[in-house]
Amino acid sequence: MTAIKLNVNGKEQTVEVSPDMPLLWVLRDTLELTGTKYGCGMAQCGACTVHVNGEAIRSCVTPVSSAVGKKIVTIEGLSSDHSHPLQKAWIQVNVSQCGYCQSGQIMQAAALLRQKPKPTDSDIDTAMRGNICRCGTYQRIRQAIKQAAEVKK
Amino acid sequence: MNRVEVINRRAFLGSMFSASALVLVARVLPVEAMTAGGDVDNAAWHPSVYLGLETDGTVIIVAHRSEMGTGIRSVLPTIAAEELDADWKRVKVEQAIGDAKYGSQNTDGSCSIRDFYDAMREAGASARLMLERAAAAKWGVPAAECKAQNHEVVHAGSNRRLGYGELASLAAQQPAPKKEELSFKSSAQYRYIGKDVPIVDREDLCSGKGTFGIDAKMPGMVYASIERSPVLGGRLKSFDDQEARKVPGVEQTVVIEGFKPPHGFKPLGGVAVIANNTWAAVQGRERLKVEWESGANAVYDSTAYKQQLIETVRKPQRAVRNVGDVDAEFAKGGKTHEAEYYVPHLAHAPMEPPAAVAHFKDGKALIYAATQNPQAVQDTVAAALGIDKKNVECHVTLLGGGFGRKSKPDYVAEAALLSKAVGKPVKVTWTREDDIRFDYYHTVSAMYLKAALDEKGRPTAWLQRCAFPSMMTTFNPATASASGGELGMGWTNVPFDIANQRAENGPAQHHVRIGWLRSVANIQHAFAIHSFVDELAHLAGRDKVEYLLDLVGQPRKVDVSARGRLAEKYPLETGRLRNVIEIAAKASDWARSKPTKGRALGVAAHYSFLTYVAAVVEIEVDATGKIRIPRVDVAVDAGRVINPDRVKAQFEGAAVFGASIALMGEITAAGGEIQQSNFHDYRVARINEAPIETRVHLVPSDAPPAGVGEPGVPPIPPAICNAIFAATGKRIRDLPLRKHKLV
Repeated sequence: MTAIKLNVNGKEQTVEVSPDMPLLWVLRDTLELTGTKYGCGMAQCGACTVHVNGEAIRSCVTPVSSAVGKKIVTIEGLSSDHSHPLQKAWIQVNVSQCGYCQSGQIMQAAALLRQKPKPTDSDIDTAMRGNICRCGTYQRIRQAIKQAAEVKK
Repeated sequence: MNRVEVINRRAFLGSMFSASALVLVARVLPVEAMTAGGDVDNAAWHPSVYLGLETDGTVIIVAHRSEMGTGIRSVLPTIAAEELDADWKRVKVEQAIGDAKYGSQNTDGSCSIRDFYDAMREAGASARLMLERAAAAKWGVPAAECKAQNHEVVHAGSNRRLGYGELASLAAQQPAPKKEELSFKSSAQYRYIGKDVPIVDREDLCSGKGTFGIDAKMPGMVYASIERSPVLGGRLKSFDDQEARKVPGVEQTVVIEGFKPPHGFKPLGGVAVIANNTWAAVQGRERLKVEWESGANAVYDSTAYKQQLIETVRKPQRAVRNVGDVDAEFAKGGKTHEAEYYVPHLAHAPMEPPAAVAHFKDGKALIYAATQNPQAVQDTVAAALGIDKKNVECHVTLLGGGFGRKSKPDYVAEAALLSKAVGKPVKVTWTREDDIRFDYYHTVSAMYLKAALDEKGRPTAWLQRCAFPSMMTTFNPATASASGGELGMGWTNVPFDIANQRAENGPAQHHVRIGWLRSVANIQHAFAIHSFVDELAHLAGRDKVEYLLDLVGQPRKVDVSARGRLAEKYPLETGRLRNVIEIAAKASDWARSKPTKGRALGVAAHYSFLTYVAAVVEIEVDATGKIRIPRVDVAVDAGRVINPDRVKAQFEGAAVFGASIALMGEITAAGGEIQQSNFHDYRVARINEAPIETRVHLVPSDAPPAGVGEPGVPPIPPAICNAIFAATGKRIRDLPLRKHKLV
């Protein structure tokens, strides 16, 4: 166990964990930020997607030590009141079914829109194909991303 | 089919309501058990519904079914709110704990609306009448002059008004009305039914605030990861946990005893590593050295077993439906066609793997679990701990998908047993590898079909044979043939107008746990039957939609009397099946879309869970021979629809689920061990592989509500394969397409 300093959602925190523990489990078990989900543990499904210095990463395969000194943003930090354009679009389009994968979907989509404010269908396929939704909400995810892109300008 | 007895009995509900609230217990008395015929859950059921009104005007409606993505925990309450004429903004939905007093809570079989629609309406109408009578008594006017509307009761003559909250205490003193006193709104008066009322969890689900089973927490909780026998029924020979215990955070290891058959919902048994966080538990587990005695199921090899099933369906088997004389027709020596089909095991793979938290203390178990069936949790945990089920309090969290997996609470019993062993609350989280390797799999099946054909290529005789291990092996390992319920799923109720028909079922043994997966046996039955229809239409040189309509025949009722009372309320009407086929064909522009090399449409129509569904799927094959699905048109007649947007979402999702089955779903076994372990080798459709656009066409209907969660799945795999044939000439008879280099 080591004392590790993290910046999560704009807040400096110190956690006592093993440095090789994946960021996912630090977020979920230590910091109780359970909006970030476990789905596969091997970067296959995207449920655990968070931002590290603005980039979408799979927290299930990211050792916590590698996030030290960087800005970590989780779904809880994307907005405090589901007011991010993507969250608004997700609500308008009624994307969620069970909702389990949607934190990861939204975080991945947020990183996409930062890079490509007007994504094409092919951009969306490429950016979002690492995020599995077993309920099959993909067509509404695509619609919501496009809707948010319009709003964002 | 529901008989409602409304009781005004506050004490029944405990602490959910304040002392002065009006509390209604609309208890539906036991009715005869549904018997064989298309339904997974054949158990007797005692549905009941609770509705309360606080003096501040808050209406509390208890959601007793599990939320796994259908919207059910919002949609059922809207039905009660409708008849109560409540303001939906002032309705609070409370999730029920597991308790038989609520009636069946087994959220399975696409029956939540079907079974509880009347009960919810009656609960709302009862409360409304009591409020109207309370206002009438207060004002000293006839009750008939008082009308409830939008959360207040209005006296027409004097325009006096009292809010529901103001009337709550008075209404609570009113005797509960008898059923014959109740009146119901006309469809034209509906504010919520048939409208897209947003689900109560909508905002939480896109801000990380929803609590799933895997998110549940109790003070002082520890975390467990469990190593299990890779072969079903394997026994622990020995284990060494020395290295495991060296992992920082690991506290101890605990052995969970193996099950005595039947495996039911019992824990599989294994060695659990207990730690102060999930990661440490998994790390410790990876360092366990465990030896297993594999047992009889180590013989299981899915390649050999496939051959065995195919051999079985090549030979005559037990007839499960017989119309006319198939053999006499075949004996005439005319033109025939035959084909064999195969569907492999599938895994549920909900995005949230099985997870539960349990605390056993002072002879009682407190549970938080992602479960489709909290009453099965009570039974299973009680049996595991040797306590009475009334001492098992099961809170139902949100479920990160279920698809049938989370009806089986083996993982909850694991948490309960471990809590008893360590004396603390324990969270059990299955890894994805656990989920894929230790599922209750969709069965593996072979089907053989044969038809005798007249000069127009229409069948004069139709023979179909299937063989697959039954899910009833869960409860009786000696089960060697399919159950009536499984065969009622698109096998013994094929609604074709053919003079001579026989359906047969052959024996099959299980070697892994077999469960029910979204739409269950309809998956393999629809795949075989609708692929075969397409083959026959092609042989006849006829348009496939026209041919399918010809087989369905003229509008009539198909005899499904084996279903008993369900058949009276929900007759199988071929006119409704024809209608959805015609709607899907028209919406997809079938008539004008001629197949080209690389692009074509495919059709299939299947009746399941009392709902009529037709799908037309468009396929594109690229230069490398890989397929894409640009569009799916699905026409649905599910009777009355409560929330059209959520119903459409179910069919959009079902198209993706069906695409996963067709394109890449396959679980295999060697030496009794499952060979897949995670999403890299048990693949499911991703955004770039799923249908791009699914258009759902709902048939407006006042017929009793039918199922919507599952019936969208069965027509998709055959419609995809039929489109592939039209585009490429390649007929796929064994799934998935990935084996044929099409994905």
